[in-house]
Amino acid sequence: MQPSLSPLVASLLTEPVGVTHYLVVGAILFTAGVACMAVKRNALGVLMGIELVLNGANVNFVAFASPYLQAEGGKSLGLDGQAIALFVILLAAAEAAVALAITLNFYNNHATVDVDRADDLKG
Amino acid sequence: MIPLAAIDWHSVFFFLFAALACGCAVAVVAAENVVRMALYLVLSLGATAGLFFLAGAEFVGAMQLMIYVGGTLVLLVFGVMLTAQAPFVSIKTAPGDRVLAGVIGAALLAVLLQSAFSVPEWRKPAAGRDGEPAATPLGMALLGTRVDEASAGAPGGVRSGYLLPFEIVSVHLLVVLVGAAYLARAKRRRTPRAIEVAASMEPPATVAAHAAVGREGSRGGSVLAGGAR
Repeated sequence: MQPSLSPLVASLLTEPVGVTHYLVVGAILFTAGVACMAVKRNALGVLMGIELVLNGANVNFVAFASPYLQAEGGKSLGLDGQAIALFVILLAAAEAAVALAITLNFYNNHATVDVDRADDLKG
Repeated sequence: MIPLAAIDWHSVFFFLFAALACGCAVAVVAAENVVRMALYLVLSLGATAGLFFLAGAEFVGAMQLMIYVGGTLVLLVFGVMLTAQAPFVSIKTAPGDRVLAGVIGAALLAVLLQSAFSVPEWRKPAAGRDGEPAATPLGMALLGTRVDEASAGAPGGVRSGYLLPFEIVSVHLLVVLVGAAYLARAKRRRTPRAIEVAASMEPPATVAAHAAVGREGSRGGSVLAGGAR
């Protein structure tokens, strides 16, 4: 182990994690999802970006709901955060089913899944 | 070297799952092949379920594994397989779009990280408090009754559960899945039913039969007529 890295790594590995650690993970997942939605031209890639965004939001909900991650005297969101995370998971499943059906319909009609070709309504 | 006893294994596993989730999420963006993207997404969501378990939300973590990884992603993989014609497996993005998305993503990440680090209360390490399993209170809350300790301090001593949102989400899921099955059904050419086949086959055959009957009838009629005559 490098001597310069050692104190930081040691503090990371010996200190318990807090809410901020989870928020950083949620932010990275959210940003990756937004970039995925913006970059991908395959319609299924856009759907995967949406899943990543919803998952990043879920990480934040669970982090705020957890009593284990709170500092001394902090108050957690409690059960509400976990319930909202469950609803988000369910609605993401419903959204994925409908979006996939629309994608398959588009593929049957246009023989492509490139979202740039979906310009039938363009004036 | 850190003494082994000083290591907080909760933190070690947190960093393991966090690195897996974030690395695979970035790999989803970077991958060109849509099948690889699906694989990285499975790994990312599975690692996120591990993070949920580490945060003490074991029921949400289990639902994440069962619904997300087991249901939604299998649906996505089926979509990938149904549309995996050779030109669509990897659709290239223009390099300018990639650079633009990278800049926007970096700006968004900077804002989010700044806000994540802005509250000093969140930055403090956890106090290591004990919690209780959340599955039973969560199930009771979904049925409309709150039994967790947060309901004790609420004004009036009663907090409403989630019965109405639970019912709405249930019916919503049912309607949405029926609608999705209707939208995605295979539109094959309508095969005519047996009675329609018989109806369309009928005219020549019946005309011939009627003609035969008519001939016989007319012959018989003529015979009868002849006999009557």
